[in-house]
Amino acid sequence: MSLKVSNLSMKFKDEFHLNDVSFEMFKGKIYTIIGRTLSGKTTLLKTIAGLTNPDSGEMSLDGVDFGAVPVWKRQVAMVYQQFINYPHLSVFENVAFPLKQRKMPRPEIDTRVRQALEQVGLQGFETRKIQALSGGQQQRVALARSLVKEANILLLDEPLVNLDYKLREQLREEFKNIFSAKASENAILIYSTTDPVEAMQLGGEIIVMDEGRILQQASAQEIYENPKTTKVAQITNDPAMNLFEGEVVDSTLVLTSSIHLDLPSHLAALPRGKYTFGIRASGITLDSAGFEFQIELAEISGSETFLHLQHAQMHVVGLLDSVQNFDIGQTVTAGLDSKSLYAFDKSENLVASPYGGTK
Amino acid sequence: MAEITLQDIAHSYNPEAADKTYALNRFDMKWVDGGRYAILGPSGCGKTTMLNIMSGIVRPSEGRLLFDGVDVTDHTTAERNIAQVFQFPVIYGTMTVQDNLAFPLVCRGYDKAFIKAKVAEVSEALNLEGLLTQSANKLTADQKQLISLGRGLVRDNVAAVLMDEPLTVIDPDLKFRLRRKLKEINQKYRSTLIYVTHDQNEAMTFAENIIVMDNGSIVQAGTPSELFDRPKTTFVGYFIGAPAMNLFACSAVNNNTISFGGAKIVTDTNLEAVASKNLKLGIRSEYIKLVTAASENTVSAKVQRVEDLGSHKLVTADFEGQSIKIKVKREQEVPTENVFLKIPTQHCCVYENEHLI
Repeated sequence: MSLKVSNLSMKFKDEFHLNDVSFEMFKGKIYTIIGRTLSGKTTLLKTIAGLTNPDSGEMSLDGVDFGAVPVWKRQVAMVYQQFINYPHLSVFENVAFPLKQRKMPRPEIDTRVRQALEQVGLQGFETRKIQALSGGQQQRVALARSLVKEANILLLDEPLVNLDYKLREQLREEFKNIFSAKASENAILIYSTTDPVEAMQLGGEIIVMDEGRILQQASAQEIYENPKTTKVAQITNDPAMNLFEGEVVDSTLVLTSSIHLDLPSHLAALPRGKYTFGIRASGITLDSAGFEFQIELAEISGSETFLHLQHAQMHVVGLLDSVQNFDIGQTVTAGLDSKSLYAFDKSENLVASPYGGTK
Repeated sequence: MAEITLQDIAHSYNPEAADKTYALNRFDMKWVDGGRYAILGPSGCGKTTMLNIMSGIVRPSEGRLLFDGVDVTDHTTAERNIAQVFQFPVIYGTMTVQDNLAFPLVCRGYDKAFIKAKVAEVSEALNLEGLLTQSANKLTADQKQLISLGRGLVRDNVAAVLMDEPLTVIDPDLKFRLRRKLKEINQKYRSTLIYVTHDQNEAMTFAENIIVMDNGSIVQAGTPSELFDRPKTTFVGYFIGAPAMNLFACSAVNNNTISFGGAKIVTDTNLEAVASKNLKLGIRSEYIKLVTAASENTVSAKVQRVEDLGSHKLVTADFEGQSIKIKVKREQEVPTENVFLKIPTQHCCVYENEHLI
């Protein structure tokens, strides 16, 4: 039981919105599409919903040509970035709307709407007007309306992006439970976001998109441990993974004229030569046995401090487990944990990872 | 650049009404010349009203506003000479980057040589030199925001740069880049930067001092680490930090020890004068440690869920019906069932009626 998409392409002027997109999604699972703004996430969701037509490519649901199914017959529900509700209707009427369209008997509508409102934590709000609700509550109404349809494909296009940070955090946790419950009813859930933490936390399968193209599709863990390209490593980490040029010479890693590291075992098999190396901020920290760096900037975040460091042509971000203030321009010694290094080849493809991925 | 003083300021949008309500309750505040501030709070807390009072978009119904000691309460926005950056980039799409930056000076009738020098200086500081002849429409969102900022900076003696959620439309990895640029600018020009946001992460990484607001009042002003380590109210503990501070109802056992769920926890707080029974223990998920055996200040809990956050794992554990969140490094092994949690004395915050003792 699956949604299969083959070679979807869509071009606007000379820009690809979708570029040869293919994947297969299975019922009962949550998929997160992560990519920067304009990477094609919304276009892809709209294509599945039937709100836009691709130039080429095919879609099938359980073997049936999905592209030929008219929009109103597709069992698809979509939740948008903006809180889209019917402003003149009450909360109850908003959620009941798609069921009334289907001419469902009133008692059944009542039961379903009440169930959906309870799921999103809005019981008791039935008679309220939409305008009297906060942004978070409005988005709950939109979600309830999508749940009540019992669609077998639920599309969520950055549903939390227009909410307050704190509310986003709270809803992310609540929605995750709702989504898992929904998926287990044999639905496919597709959630799009630009936020790596959000993608990780939803914990399903991740699809990384850039310029209309799918760069990688894998579990959240696999994407974290073995990002296929430098682009994936940047899009799926916050702060983006540090990248710099370097060379493997004999059993040494030469990063700058003075930063030389012993070649760690997971990189030992690499042919000698030049690579792009990557390391997360957590792999760089203050260490008296390290190398001299200039502080470009120090940023405190909760119990941690991000250090923007510079050494010759190398600019990297490191992480301290404590809160400390630094002056811009101050010299510190910082070490790179060579066991955490990734290596990418000339085409920016992963060739070695600390987690033993892609050889 | 200027020192900005808000004196007995309060604001009501219906000052004539019998039952007038305040969007901003009376307060005093001084913004030091060259400082980097964030005003942080949820929607509707009054943060934008405060910013609008400083920029002159809103005239406060009570109190005075001073720039370097001069009363500017009745001055227009233009007279205050401030630079503003909004949520969405405000640029002239049909002009080049260069013309965008020059525009405020052209309007003020400066001569060409002066304008050229100023545009060169600001575009260098913002790393826009390579883009000067490009159409502004073609730029990325963060570059557009830099132009909005640059247009403020080309003017001489700008009193302050006021920003209202300037990173909203910027992707996460570009946000990092723009934040860094803003700080460099702050260092270079020693300009007073005031930044309004609902995003605690942005406030923490950007500002030297954060003003946390709730319901029209300032609930705490302090450095990022003060707000993180010693939140003055449970609201600040909840609002700052991701996840929010763990908060548990508890009772005082003796001068420095509290009890919750049957466990005794020694704290650094003097509980002698505690009058109320409404006590809460606050502890950050980052400070709780997973340990292998019971000892002082440990509780025995059951692991319910482990979430993968990338470089960290977020563990949710149950202790006597209370849910405790613990943030640990990715490499740390987490037991699947029973776990001992160490709650370090120095990181315990005790709240009486929601206020830190």
